This record gives sequence, structure tokens and C-alpha cells, in this order.
Amino acid sequence: MKYVDEFRDGALARKVAAAIAAEARPSRRYNLMEFCGGHTHAISRYGLADLLPPGIRMIHGPGCPVCVLPIGRIDNAIALAASPGLILCTYADTMRVPASKGLSLLKAKARGADIRMVYSSADAVRIAQEHPDREVVFFAIGFETTTPPTAVAILRAQELSLANFSVFCNHVLTPAAIGNILESKEVRELGTLPLDGFIGPAHVSTVIGSQPYEYFAEEYQRPVVIAGFEPLDVMQAILMLVRQLNDGRAEVENEFTRAVTRDGNAKAKALVAEVFELRRSFEWRGLGEVPYSALKVKAAYAAFDAEARYGITYRSVPDNKACECGAILRGVKEPSDCKVFGTVCTPENPIGSCMVSSEGACAAHYTYGRWKDAAIVAAAPA
Amino acid sequence: MSSGRDHYVRPVDFKHGHVDMTHGGGGRAMAQLIDELFLREFDNEWLRQGNDQAAFDVSAGRMVMATDSHVVSPLFFPGGDIGCLSVHGTINDVAMSGAMPLYLAAGFVLEEGFPLADLKRIVASMAAASRAAHVPVVTGDTKVVERGKGDGVFITTTGVGIVPAGIHIAGDRAQPGDRILVSGTIGDHGVAIMSLRENLTFETTITSDTAALHGLVAAMIAAAPGIHCLRDPTRGGLATTLNELARQSDCGMVIAEQRIPVQPQVNAACEFLGLDPLYVANEGKLVAICAAADADRLLAAMRAHPLGRNAATIGEVITDPHHFVQMDTSFGGRRIVDWLTGEQLPRIC
Repeated sequence: MKYVDEFRDGALARKVAAAIAAEARPSRRYNLMEFCGGHTHAISRYGLADLLPPGIRMIHGPGCPVCVLPIGRIDNAIALAASPGLILCTYADTMRVPASKGLSLLKAKARGADIRMVYSSADAVRIAQEHPDREVVFFAIGFETTTPPTAVAILRAQELSLANFSVFCNHVLTPAAIGNILESKEVRELGTLPLDGFIGPAHVSTVIGSQPYEYFAEEYQRPVVIAGFEPLDVMQAILMLVRQLNDGRAEVENEFTRAVTRDGNAKAKALVAEVFELRRSFEWRGLGEVPYSALKVKAAYAAFDAEARYGITYRSVPDNKACECGAILRGVKEPSDCKVFGTVCTPENPIGSCMVSSEGACAAHYTYGRWKDAAIVAAAPA
Repeated sequence: MSSGRDHYVRPVDFKHGHVDMTHGGGGRAMAQLIDELFLREFDNEWLRQGNDQAAFDVSAGRMVMATDSHVVSPLFFPGGDIGCLSVHGTINDVAMSGAMPLYLAAGFVLEEGFPLADLKRIVASMAAASRAAHVPVVTGDTKVVERGKGDGVFITTTGVGIVPAGIHIAGDRAQPGDRILVSGTIGDHGVAIMSLRENLTFETTITSDTAALHGLVAAMIAAAPGIHCLRDPTRGGLATTLNELARQSDCGMVIAEQRIPVQPQVNAACEFLGLDPLYVANEGKLVAICAAADADRLLAAMRAHPLGRNAATIGEVITDPHHFVQMDTSFGGRRIVDWLTGEQLPRIC
């Protein structure tokens, strides 16, 4: 396939792997966090860890939109969907996230709630147009990548004078989460989370640009390399991080130059600024309450704000006690450290959110990598 | 006074008519629909007898029987429709035992209000598929459910066949060292269906691979009678089939990503839908597992058949009590190919 296969080329991968192996110093460790679930997925799906020298450790970050959504927010969505006549539109991954009382949106749907899976916020607007007699709510989640389309949906609904459409906004912000991790006890005080550098987000950065990460490089002396989601992008970014760390540099570098600029997408940013404003605080699964880490619909667009329209109040709900998603999302633990991983908690019956989305660290490890945890009697090459 | 007109029955209106409750009521309307549609299209000596069952003689040997319900949405898709799919699906299930399929039975659940023109088109497609495969539909049943209680038409087909003497093909016969072959490109059917789905309509030149595979199987058995396993990777795709076989045979597998045939358009569609072709449904492909010594001969026989032109050897069976299907990625790493979680897309067949 043009423009994709080129970034999955095995021969090139071996070359980059050889360069990483040659340049990584055997005397030191390189603890690199890939912030995004998209990178986590690529690393697992392409078996990237097999191509890295033992001194390089990849730490999975919290950049999986479904994973960081707290139980209370799913409970809110389920309660909304239970309103008679209401249609709740949602992205597919969100359907299976466990909520309170053993529910999920998928189970609520089976019990009769009208919950529709959509691929785009525009589909939700279309559904509202097609059902003028029904209330339609778009359950908006995600980082900066999915925020501009939600802004467009609200502006479009206003243009169409759709009185039956609103958005339950749960959009969150990447820089706030990176800052939260760098400020965490584990990184700053305990030193239990050695963190030497970041692979920066791909799609998020196409919107916000590379500039927002400069603060982390300067203030916390951690190099950031923005990388695309293809496996060669990730390999190249690892090589660039190894070089920076070897040189003692902490800069923002951009591997994903085919899509990311320093300033990002001005039009998308303007749309977001028009419709949304910062929330004072927002609860993240794993990270807890993080100040100024999420967006809400501006008062000027209150007619399209489901929180205002339905008087939604947020109630925090603790995660299942056995679930380690919180620690895994902060990079403090790995999926295989969790007692319920692969036993009680599986993709079919997820206990925690990291087992739900294919971008979640637990789901990625379960789906692609768990054979490494088990002793294989014989593993002949194909 | 009687005239010829007394015996005139107005024919079923296949142009503008719709299925109504009387078509399943057991009365004259149902009899007429059976006569003018099912009998006419499927026409064969067993149906013509007009019994509630078909009677036929069988030769000695092992019989196999398989059944498959079809609920695909949309009913018509690029490369086929629910009619031919329901014939191919069951023929293939029978054929995967190495059997030569002989007869089919078909059960229809029709929804009140379903256009008779569509029904006629579907039945004609079934009849054509059955004729082409030389496997007649010898008995059947029709029921009608109220509007809103079905989705147009559901078709269940059942098939019987006879396994040639000396052939023993089953899912528990894979052994370490065996080779794994696939008969052609994977994911075509699933992508063809998805291209029409309500909320993800996209343009593609991909057509469903729906096909009856018993001819290919016969050619394979002729070349390598010792084949261990055959299975058609329908729902859940190649990944699911390999996991099923690994579990049944108490073994593991290692496959190589770059040997698995996938059409570039299928890859592209999967890419933007966030799907993995390994999990996308097929309706005209099979997976074969055979001893290493038979592999080349079997592959040559598959490639010589029109339905196996793009056949490939994709990996081998290993010892593994965990039954993992491992894959060497084109990128150079190794990962597992796991069971499908949930469902990729509902009602694909």
C-alpha cells in the first residue's frame, strides 16, 4: 500500500535496529515512555521489542483516550442513555469500558438503551437530523485529535438549528497529563519510575504542534521525539532519543515531519478555542484529579452542552481494588505485574479500562505479547 | 357453467408484491409461492414429489452433515447475495471434512413486507449456485414473521455429503512439523460487506469471494489424500480458524505475516477502518494442514485450481501446550495472533 507499507519495511527496520544497538551504551539504561496508545499498539503489534537491545525499556503512557476515562463518566453516559427516547452516540471502544454495577454501555444497550456506534461526530449530527423527535447526545471523548471534530459537530448543529443535539464533553489534554506524570511522586521523589525521555504523540501533535512539549524538555530536562504511529517511525524515534540521551541533550525533535509542524493546525486550534474552554479540574483514571487537564463547552454554546442540558453531576467512583490500571497508566507497573491480568481480567471480561481498547497497555500485551510470559516448549521459526 | 377461467389463478406478483402473513400460513398463498418460486427455481426430482421430506439412496461409507444460518446484512453485496452465500456456506462446511456434498435443505424465515422481487432474486441466485455446484436443494421450509420481527430474510441451509474411503480429515489431526496452507487472499468477503454498511459506506472494487469449495477440496484430496485438517475461515477470519485448530489439535503454530496473501485494496480498507485482515471473514477460502512431505504437492494442486490460484504456505505447526498462534511480523518482530475479542462487525454472513 502506498505511503503505509514504506513505514513497515522489515529490511529498513533491521537497519534502524542495528543503529540503535550500535549507539545504545551497554553501561546505561534508556527508560522511554511512549505517551500514546497508538504507539503502544504499534510496538506490540509489530513485535518491536524484539528488535531493541536489552538496555532500552519502553514504558507505556496514559495516552489511550478510553483508558483514562474514569468510571464516573461512563456512569453518567449510561444514565443519559437510559433516558426514554434518547439516542447516545459513541465511538466503539467506549462501549466495553466497565462502569459501576457491572454495567457498560454495551450491556446497557442489550438492556434496551438506544446506543449507536459512530465513526465520526458528523454521524451523530446526521442521526440528530434524521430523528428530530428524539434527543441525540454525542459522547465525546479523546485527546486533541478528536476535539476539533466535536467542535465542528457543535458548530454544524448550530448552523442547522438542531434543537435535539448535544455533546457530553470529556475531551482531555495531552500536555497536562505529561506534566502530571513528570510531577508525580514516583518520578520526582521516590525515583520508582525512571523516565529518561518521551516519544511524543503523532496525531495529537498534528493539531497542537510540537511547541507545547518544549516546556517539558527545558523545565524537566527530558528529551521528546514526536513520532508517527507506524513501526519504523517508532524505531527512528527511539534512535533519536538514544542519541539525545548519549549527547546529554533534552530537546523536542520531530520525527513525524510529514504531518507535524511546530505550530500545529491553526484552523483546528481556532475551532477548539471557539467552542471549548478549560475545565478547572477533571478526574483521569490512574492520574486522579488533574487541574486544567480537560475541556468543557463554552457558555455561548450551552444549548449543545449535555452537562448543562441534562444537569449531569459527576460522582467519582473508585476502580476495582484488584485492578492496577492506575499504576499501569502512570507507567509505574506493567500489565504482567497485575494479579488479575489474563486471569480474571481479559479482553472478553475486562475489569479495568486498559484491557478494553486495543490501545490499552493490558489489551496490547494480552493480544500480542503474552506468549512471552509463558514458557514455550518449542518455538520453531516458520 | 364452467369455463377455463374458473381454474385461472392470478400469478404471484413478483414485480410489485410483498411477503404477507399468508405466505407462511400453510394455505393457498403459501402453496402458490412454493410452486411459482421455490419449485420453479430449484426444480428437481425430489422437490417435484411434493413430500415434506426428500428420500434418497446413499452409498456405504461415512456421511457428514452440516448446517449454517445466514443473516447477512445487507442482503445483496458486491460479488454475491444471501442466496448464493447460503448455498456456498453449507457446501463448504460439508466439504471441509473431505466429503463430496450431495444434497441441501433450505429453511427460509421471511419478514412480512419483504419485496417479492428481492425474494425471487435471492432464490434465483441460490438455485444458480446449487446448479453450478451440482448439489440440489431437495427439501425446504418457509415461515413468515411479522414486520419488525425479522430483517427481510434469514436462510438456514443444511447439507449432507459422503466422505471418500480412506480420507480422514478433522480439526484435531494437526501435528508438530505439519505445514499450514491457505487457498488465497484473505478478508475479501468481510471488506465487501463493510463497504456497504450504513455508517461506513466507502467505495471499493473488492468483491466477496463467496464460492463453493468442494471442487478444490476434491482436487486437493486427489493430490494429497493424507491432508490432516481443512477449515474455511469464515467469521473471525484466518486468525480464529488457526486458533481453533491449535486448540483442537493441542499444538501451537508459527506463521509468517509476509506469506499471507492479502489484496492491497483489502489492506487499505482495513487500515482506515482499524481492522486486521487476519480477523476479517472469508466465504471462499480454506486453510489446509498437512504433513511437510505433502506440502509442495498440495500447494501445486491448489494453485492449479481456479479457486486456489493464490494459495500459499504460510507457516507450520509446533509443540505448544499453550496453543498460541505466533506470527513473525513483516517488520521483523514476533507476536501472537490471538482469538478475536468481541466481534469485529456483526452479521457478516
